[in-house]
Amino acid sequence: MAKQVYYEDVEVGTEVTPLAKIATTRMLVQWAGASGDFNPLHYDDGFAKAMGVGAPIVHGALKRAWLGHLMTDWIGEQGKLMKLSCQYRGMDYPRKMKTMDEPHDGETWWCKGKVTEKYEEGGEHLVECEIWVENGKGEKTTPGSALVALPARSRK
Amino acid sequence: MANGSLITDELRKLIGMTLETIVFKVEEGAIQRYAEAIGDPNPLYNDPDFASKTKYGRLLAPPGFTGWPVKAGRLSQRLLGSLAKAGAPSRLLDGGIEFEFIEPIGAGDVLTATTKIASITERETKLGKTMFTTLETTFVNKKGDVAIKSRSTFILF
Repeated sequence: MAKQVYYEDVEVGTEVTPLAKIATTRMLVQWAGASGDFNPLHYDDGFAKAMGVGAPIVHGALKRAWLGHLMTDWIGEQGKLMKLSCQYRGMDYPRKMKTMDEPHDGETWWCKGKVTEKYEEGGEHLVECEIWVENGKGEKTTPGSALVALPARSRK
Repeated sequence: MANGSLITDELRKLIGMTLETIVFKVEEGAIQRYAEAIGDPNPLYNDPDFASKTKYGRLLAPPGFTGWPVKAGRLSQRLLGSLAKAGAPSRLLDGGIEFEFIEPIGAGDVLTATTKIASITERETKLGKTMFTTLETTFVNKKGDVAIKSRSTFILF
């Protein structure tokens, strides 16, 4: 695990350490089982077409879970994730197992973020971040925000 | 009400209603499978021995573990069934979610989830006439403390 980040280490504009992710059709099956979301939108071609999204799409909630991973990795053992939100604005399509090693355009993902505000309140050292999932086409399909409390080197 | 509104009188009556509450236990294996599906190797979610020696004292659930549609999702699906019965459009997309994490949750915890329909609104989008339904869920632990609050938006069209 990365070394602990402290309140004093971050400023507005500081980048959250990016996290790379790949969604495959196999992972969507795994996520369906783990989350209990068996909506055919994520595995049935005909259903996805009828819904107007073209082909099965990556679960929004999986991308949200990736953003949780992004933040908890960054804040480390002593940080506390207090709020997390995101909106599922754009569709992402999983990488097919057959073309696992030769991804199509857009089939790679980065979870990213940057600090938008820092302040002390009620004895906590709080940091707000803008966060998002970005696909290989550079589309921010899943924008959101997070509020975390970080440990401080010099507690008053 | 404008002609052709998606929001029927039956739907309007559902706003603010709490339709059901469910109680569920957070299971160790469910946490591990969830962490594996995300691809998060954090030992707090994967290694019960490691986790038991931390301040949490048990395998910790990753943030959002309780989110739709895990467990309380069964409830959300029932709520959405009620929406359909009241005349809401049948095509559904998940619009997004906001979480407030107040108390940690982990293996063995028993949570009571209560979901209510916070709002139903509509507007024209690229999907056509679109309805937005917001559900608010509160997860209370055995001590009676609110552990998590969530607010999720569903897009019906």
